[in-house]
Amino acid sequence: MIRPLSLFIFNLNKQNVKTQVKFASTVLPQFSSEKYGVKRKSFGVLQPRDIDYFKSILGEDRVVTDESDVLPFNIDWIKNCRGQSKVVLKPKTTEEVSKILSYCNGKRLAVCPQGGNTGLVGGSVPVFDEIVLNFNLMNKIISLDEISGALVCESGCVLENLDDYVRERNLIMPLDLGAKGSCHIGGNVSTNAGGLRLLRYGNLHGSVLGLEAVKADGTVLDCLRTLKKDNTGYHLKHLFIGSEGTLGVVTKVAIHCPALPKAVSLGFFGVENFENILNLYKRAKTSLGEILSAFEMADNGSVSSTVKNLKLSNPISDYPFYVLVETHGSDETHDSEKLSRFLSEGMESGVIVDGTVTSEPAKMKTIWNIRESIAGAGLVEGYSFKYDVSIPLRNYYDLVELLRDRLKDHQAKVYGYGHVGDGNIHINVIVPEYTKNMYSMLEPYIFEEVAKLKGSISAEHGVGFRKPQFIHYSKDESALQLMKDLKKSMDPNGILNPYKVLPD
Amino acid sequence: MSRVLVGVKRVIDYAVKVRVKPDKTGVVTDGVKHSMNPFDEIAVEEAVRMKEKKLASEVIAVSCGPTQAQETLRTALAMGADRAIHVEIAGAEYETLQPLHVAKILAKLSQDEKADIVIVGKQAIDDDSNQTAQMTAAILDWPQGTFASKVEKSDAGLTVTREIDGGLEVIKTKLPAVLSADLRLNEPRYATLPNIMKAKKKPMKKVSAKDLGVDLSPRIKVVSVEDPPVRQAGAIVPDVDTLVAKLKEGGHV
Ligand SMILES: Cc1cc2nc3c(=O)[nH]c(=O)nc-3n(C[C@H](O)[C@H](O)[C@H](O)COP(=O)(O)OP(=O)(O)OC[C@H]3O[C@@H](n4cnc5c(N)ncnc54)[C@H](O)[C@@H]3O)c2cc1C
Ligand SMILES: Cc1cc2nc3c(=O)[nH]c(=O)nc-3n(C[C@H](O)[C@H](O)[C@H](O)COP(=O)(O)OP(=O)(O)OC[C@H]3O[C@@H](n4cnc5c(N)ncnc54)[C@H](O)[C@@H]3O)c2cc1C
Repeated sequence: MIRPLSLFIFNLNKQNVKTQVKFASTVLPQFSSEKYGVKRKSFGVLQPRDIDYFKSILGEDRVVTDESDVLPFNIDWIKNCRGQSKVVLKPKTTEEVSKILSYCNGKRLAVCPQGGNTGLVGGSVPVFDEIVLNFNLMNKIISLDEISGALVCESGCVLENLDDYVRERNLIMPLDLGAKGSCHIGGNVSTNAGGLRLLRYGNLHGSVLGLEAVKADGTVLDCLRTLKKDNTGYHLKHLFIGSEGTLGVVTKVAIHCPALPKAVSLGFFGVENFENILNLYKRAKTSLGEILSAFEMADNGSVSSTVKNLKLSNPISDYPFYVLVETHGSDETHDSEKLSRFLSEGMESGVIVDGTVTSEPAKMKTIWNIRESIAGAGLVEGYSFKYDVSIPLRNYYDLVELLRDRLKDHQAKVYGYGHVGDGNIHINVIVPEYTKNMYSMLEPYIFEEVAKLKGSISAEHGVGFRKPQFIHYSKDESALQLMKDLKKSMDPNGILNPYKVLPD
Repeated sequence: MSRVLVGVKRVIDYAVKVRVKPDKTGVVTDGVKHSMNPFDEIAVEEAVRMKEKKLASEVIAVSCGPTQAQETLRTALAMGADRAIHVEIAGAEYETLQPLHVAKILAKLSQDEKADIVIVGKQAIDDDSNQTAQMTAAILDWPQGTFASKVEKSDAGLTVTREIDGGLEVIKTKLPAVLSADLRLNEPRYATLPNIMKAKKKPMKKVSAKDLGVDLSPRIKVVSVEDPPVRQAGAIVPDVDTLVAKLKEGGHV
């Protein structure tokens, strides 16, 4: 029997964020305000005439008020936070955004900017009745300079769509993350997203060339240059990279796209202990050098639970730790020589116990899919507390072990995985359901430990709603004061993403 | 114990977007990533499992194609094949290589190598011909077990479960025989590092179609290769009434 190719499904199918969410429990999360005991600030309350005004700018269809239609915009990806917004606005142009903000600022109506809503710290959903300003319809690509690699687009473009677009023109996006099928470039910029290849292509402070933003009072700020170098005055774009929608709303982005690598290889290895991961990382840096594009790790629990929960298959057998090493280069022969030397040395020294290596796109996709699915795989089992911390490499895995010990008498599984090359580990604590008791076992304990290790309590996900009260573990009072001054100056009424990032 | 010959084809990787050449004579292959045809991976896996179960004494991988076919053969060796035969066919001849040619080559090699079982994928994902197994069996006048989703040893030969329209068919064949692998036959392994290293040292023989006495003149002419029609964009309608109205408008209800 011949089946058409379209039915030819191995497990390579893009397990994107949407399909992962499908597995999550259908029980509605508790309101964030109740769960975390937050008091509403004295913002204006939405009136029918406000809705009329929004409809006068956007038309009927782009002002969403039906309760069930608004619901998904009130709940975050890990189903941890739930807001109580009554309206979602979907602008298509910067002018519309400007009019909306100018109006809201005048009426003291609070606003929550929302991109792909894949944020993991509750920053993308309202806490109370903030108006959701959603960028789904601002999804146009404006220009691409194939020589310099400068891409200019609207902030609501989905990262994967941009990557597909530039790949057709022999370029790639400088960042890649598990949420790429849903997250927006505007969300990426606003969270200063790191991802899988930061090690190679640097962070967004380097690759964002310029941007257009709208301030709380509706003023459009034009910093949309495509130049690599532009030392004229203060570098304002950086204020919007990583400020999570609290200083302004990003409407357009200019970003530098590196060349599409001609040769790509991926290795997936089994390793006996964490010490050997560090050893292998040192070797990778010296023997793979400039072609190293990702160095990721995951512990046994992360991989085996992901494989089990999402019915994937593990290409190698069971090991205490897994390492994923990727290379991007321009010459297959050169790269494969380097790679095979790296591999044989790794095997001979016993640092790599077993593994597989491939440069076939479909196989690479299957392997990456395992790594990228870890973030969401726990949702099948119950509630997932997620932490994203930077810790100096020597102590990178310590926190996982400390937590396992701390929670040994509880029904909790602790998994560690992350971007070794960036000193960034993700920790998932999976419990059958959320309880206050478990919450207080974890926080602020984790942040205290991170501070002791001189790490950061948020490496790449941001502060959002969940961490302002802990920001002092990573930031000095002097830095916090300047942040507050900046906020006051750029958004005097505090309407942009309140209850987020800065503590009161 | 049997000797197994497995056919492996180098095709455009199935994660790569295929593009039709502007002159419609075929698809763009230059600079495009290739891999082993996924159904052939299943065939190799089955052969290697037969060897692991001591049902086979030796697994020989065969690929017909240009120099790069050797990479595909190395993959088969890394998965566990014992040795490889590269039937070198390049240039214009490769462009018009058809299932009949490959079947003749496989048939000849099966006789030369004294194979008892030939396994190929049920089809290659580039041309989707689904002919090679059947033609090979016909040329050799051997029984065939195509679309195999399960292969077991029985006293006189093999018991093969076949995927057919609407269900499964179980047949018994004598040996020698030709099999074609269907999707559910097994889940092919990833080549592990030690085996990738070992594969570099396994023997690979190069022969030409002429050595085997196979004439490669084309029997089929490709008239034109075209893109599938582009799907029309969908539209979102605000409510059920509009939907019904639209459907009526289009004469669907
Ligand atoms: C499976 C999975 C894997 C992930 N992997 C990574 C990873 O490897 N690295 C990483 O850094 N993150 C990762 N994340 C977290 C998340 O995807 C990123 O933070 C992403 O950048 C958020 O983009 P978004 O469009 O979904 O933004 P949202 O979640 O919608 O918003 C995030 C924040 O940005 C603000 N915001 C969004 N758009 C705008 C705008 N246009 N203007 C102003 N503010 C705005 C929101 O108010 C909110 O505070 C992952 C998430 C998931 C679900
Ligand atoms: C031969 C030559 C080659 C050069 N090539 C380059 C080049 O390739 N690329 C390039 O970018 N520049 C180049 N420059 C310019 C110059 O060297 C750079 O701008 C350099 O960074 C200045 O460093 P400096 O310590 O001499 O600063 P200064 O010249 O002393 O000061 C430069 C500015 O920074 C301020 N400043 C200095 N120190 C501090 C501080 N600690 N805190 C606050 N403000 C401070 C000063 O007030 C002043 O405004 C070159 C200059 C020369 C002479």
